[in-house]
Amino acid sequence: MAKRPAALALSLAVPAGLLIAWFLATSLGGVKTYQLASPGDVARELGALWSNGLLWRHLAASIERVLLGFGVALAFAIVLASLVGLSRPIEAALDPTLQAIRSIPSLAWVPLLLLWLGIGENAKVTLIAIGAFFPIYVNLVAGIRNVDRKLVEVGQVLGLGRFELARRVVLPAALPSLLVGARIGLTQAWLFLVAAELLASTRGLGFMLTEGQQIARTDEILTAIVLLALCGKLSESIMRGIEARLLHWTDGLPA
Amino acid sequence: MRHAIEIDGLSKHYGPRAVLERFELFVEPGETLAILGASGCGKSTLLRCIAGLVQPDAGTIAVRDELGFVFQEPRLLPWLTVERNVAFAARSDVERARVKDVLELVGLTPAAHLLPKQLSGGMAQRAALARTLVRNPKILLLDEPLSALDALLRLELQTSLAQIVRETGSTAVLVTHDVQEALYLADRIVVLDGAPARGVLELDVPVPLRRSRTADLTDERIALLAALGIEGRVPKRSHRGLRVVAP
Ligand SMILES: Nc1ncnc2c1ncn2[C@@H]1O[C@H](COP(=O)(O)OP(=O)(O)O)[C@@H](O)[C@H]1O
Ligand SMILES: [Mg+2]
Repeated sequence: MAKRPAALALSLAVPAGLLIAWFLATSLGGVKTYQLASPGDVARELGALWSNGLLWRHLAASIERVLLGFGVALAFAIVLASLVGLSRPIEAALDPTLQAIRSIPSLAWVPLLLLWLGIGENAKVTLIAIGAFFPIYVNLVAGIRNVDRKLVEVGQVLGLGRFELARRVVLPAALPSLLVGARIGLTQAWLFLVAAELLASTRGLGFMLTEGQQIARTDEILTAIVLLALCGKLSESIMRGIEARLLHWTDGLPA
Repeated sequence: MRHAIEIDGLSKHYGPRAVLERFELFVEPGETLAILGASGCGKSTLLRCIAGLVQPDAGTIAVRDELGFVFQEPRLLPWLTVERNVAFAARSDVERARVKDVLELVGLTPAAHLLPKQLSGGMAQRAALARTLVRNPKILLLDEPLSALDALLRLELQTSLAQIVRETGSTAVLVTHDVQEALYLADRIVVLDGAPARGVLELDVPVPLRRSRTADLTDERIALLAALGIEGRVPKRSHRGLRVVAP
């Protein structure tokens, strides 16, 4: 997305300020390295990880888990939300249960997932999927419910059946809500990734955090945090790009 | 002759409120019938019953041919271009092949690839009309299709509509609150009074008045306008060409 230069400069001011403050805090000797590594330490650590290939190993592990978990969540959410949103009987049957499950803090699933699925990839991906599922599901159901009845009537006077109405009117009209849900869901996926990797893993950004803590390396911890911030920001930008591309027809954005 | 639309004993209540009560209406094939009446008197409910958008409580509705419906708002699908919005209604290759023709007919060929948000109100309503026409329905139900447009545009689209109805030989039921529009487009006018709706006045528009704007206020127009002026009350005497339907 093209931002105007002034806006871009403004949006970079706060990160730059934080960076300077961080640099000053560590370089003037106010804060010890074992409490907070300096920006230079983090840069060195990044360089080292880059050259020994660990950077990509950790990043790839985390990205793969996030994409898998998010993909599973997206597929389940689209199917279930469509069924619930389009059919009152299915809503009556499924929605109360799903709402009840939603009210469980998602981390409460962790012990169960570990017992059921062990400490392998499946448990992590499942936890991420649970975290990403609900924002997508809730937004899409609301989107389907809020589709302009006037557009539905257009389909009705043309004699479209329920299935055709759903496919050609209701679901396309609910696309903006789906994309909003997906964007929030992807953010959730990163959140749950860290939770999953903190618990049990040998690779990934969450593993870097645990390892850094165990061997008291704040540079490694901060490197992981910086990478997580970059990944989160990048996925948000990608999702917004997809939204802008798919939703050019909405009134809010210029053609 | 069989009627294009036959409505008999039609009743529709919303809660305790009767909007239509044993309502009766016959529409001849090929005629343009205008329905006039104050806002809220049940005109839309009537059309929606005919189109099957509203389930009546009682009565029979017989429609002899395929229906096309034009709403007051264009109701275009915002994610489709004009051309795709029109093609949305097409069911067969024959109808898909007509898309270009109807766009031409409503004068939207240059706008075929625009999105609804890029259209003016008049263009959007033309697109909606084209979407209805692509199926070549023999009966058009038009629920105040021009009411949302400003005056000049309304005149322009009235002319287009008259031409389209003539060229397609359709039967049309036009709901409007614009007396001049009714006189210009219709062969026959029924004036409804509300709650529950009933015809209070019926007028065969004299042939010289149809599709003509130049005619000045002749007796019939004055009579009709006067009748409408007496807020919902039925005129005591019958004028020439003006008869009281349900005194
Ligand atoms: N879905 C509905 N629920 C309840 N009341 C309705 C509904 N649709 C219409 N009405 C009422 O029925 C009456 C007739 O409405 P309508 O047919 O839209 O009138 P018109 O088109 O002549 O302005 C109005 O009083 C309106 O409030
Ligand atoms: Mg109305």
